[in-house]
Amino acid sequence: MNSILYYPGCGVADQACSMEAAARGALAALGWEMEEMSRWNCCGTVYSLATDDLMRHVGPARVLARAQDAGHERLLTLCSMCYNTLKRAERFLTEDRDRLERVNAFLDDEPDYTGGVRVVHLLELVRDEIGYEAVEEAVQRPLAGLKVSPYYGCTLTRPRSAGIDDPENPRVLEDLLMALGAEPVSSPQGVECCGAYLTATSPEIARRRAADISRAAAAGGAELMVTSCPLCQYNLDTRQKEARGASGRGVPSLYFTQLLALAVGADPAMDEQVIDPRPVLAARGLAVEVKA
Amino acid sequence: MAEQLRLAKAVLSAQFARRVEELSGQSPYRCYQCGKCSAGCPFADSMDMLPNQVLRLVQLGDEKVLETGAPWSCASCLACEVRCPRGVDIAKVMEAVRLLALRKGESPVTLGSVPAERLPQIAVVGVSRKMTP
Repeated sequence: MNSILYYPGCGVADQACSMEAAARGALAALGWEMEEMSRWNCCGTVYSLATDDLMRHVGPARVLARAQDAGHERLLTLCSMCYNTLKRAERFLTEDRDRLERVNAFLDDEPDYTGGVRVVHLLELVRDEIGYEAVEEAVQRPLAGLKVSPYYGCTLTRPRSAGIDDPENPRVLEDLLMALGAEPVSSPQGVECCGAYLTATSPEIARRRAADISRAAAAGGAELMVTSCPLCQYNLDTRQKEARGASGRGVPSLYFTQLLALAVGADPAMDEQVIDPRPVLAARGLAVEVKA
Repeated sequence: MAEQLRLAKAVLSAQFARRVEELSGQSPYRCYQCGKCSAGCPFADSMDMLPNQVLRLVQLGDEKVLETGAPWSCASCLACEVRCPRGVDIAKVMEAVRLLALRKGESPVTLGSVPAERLPQIAVVGVSRKMTP
């Protein structure tokens, strides 16, 4: 069994438990195990874009310092926002010795961070290390005929320097879906923001975005959308439902880990979705029971 | 809108443009107003001014930009950043404008305007950080 140090983040530990449960089951089927950090804190959620507030990089620096102290050179995330914030902070701090020294001087009970922890998103691990061939071999229930629209959002691929794939024409979700036997349906809205945290201050913006994104997916023939971020998932699921009202059916959305789990015979942990994905799956011969 | 964009010496202040430049690490003068950022912005329809127009006000050193709502409809999604042919990270300019408004206590959006509803923790933390000067 291969093992990798794992940083959950608040989103996964709060409202996206299914993303993690599905990932654990799916990875076990692929011979991998996620070893959760013994202590972690919020990554900060959003990477600071200002030049003058080093303070906002202390959160990710603490996480990186603890990973390094535990003797690890890699840190796995499932959430795209955590991935982005940790990845960019790691670079920001290590490309300038002065910044790193000042943040280390501020860190209190942690050892200094000296650089060298590589932040890895699960989609990268699957693509680059586990490999799609191994995924194909592990598939027990091919998602045959299932038309799925990959929704990348922003933080997985932008900026280019931190992204795991091309920011305008990413392939990583399409390739994974094909390995699972599904039919990817790329959408012109697949890389356009869902509204992210504007969902708190301006829910109507997130509703409009969710409606546009789901309509574009449906227009391409997709029956389901797939995400890699708890905030995208919230907007595409809850805000889409609100936008469509009681009568509109809507396009259900799942985490990529859930489809991976379903295909390799692990529990896809489908109990959190507002727009129920099970009828769509059942119609393709992929009935899923929800555990009480 | 036309009035806000009119060149007027009275509102020009190079000092303000320099402050935005320092805080964002981006030179506003690299922008040649092609409008590609605005064309691809998924939130342009919610903005009272387009992203390239925000850049234009910054170029002109016009502090009226601090009163506009546009930067508060920006989600730092970086669609403009990957598409800008002049390599301007517009999201950083938007962040600098938000921070300058917050630091003056003049931001048009505040945490108090967040509706009371159950939200994912990452939405709450994200928006709180964007509203902290």
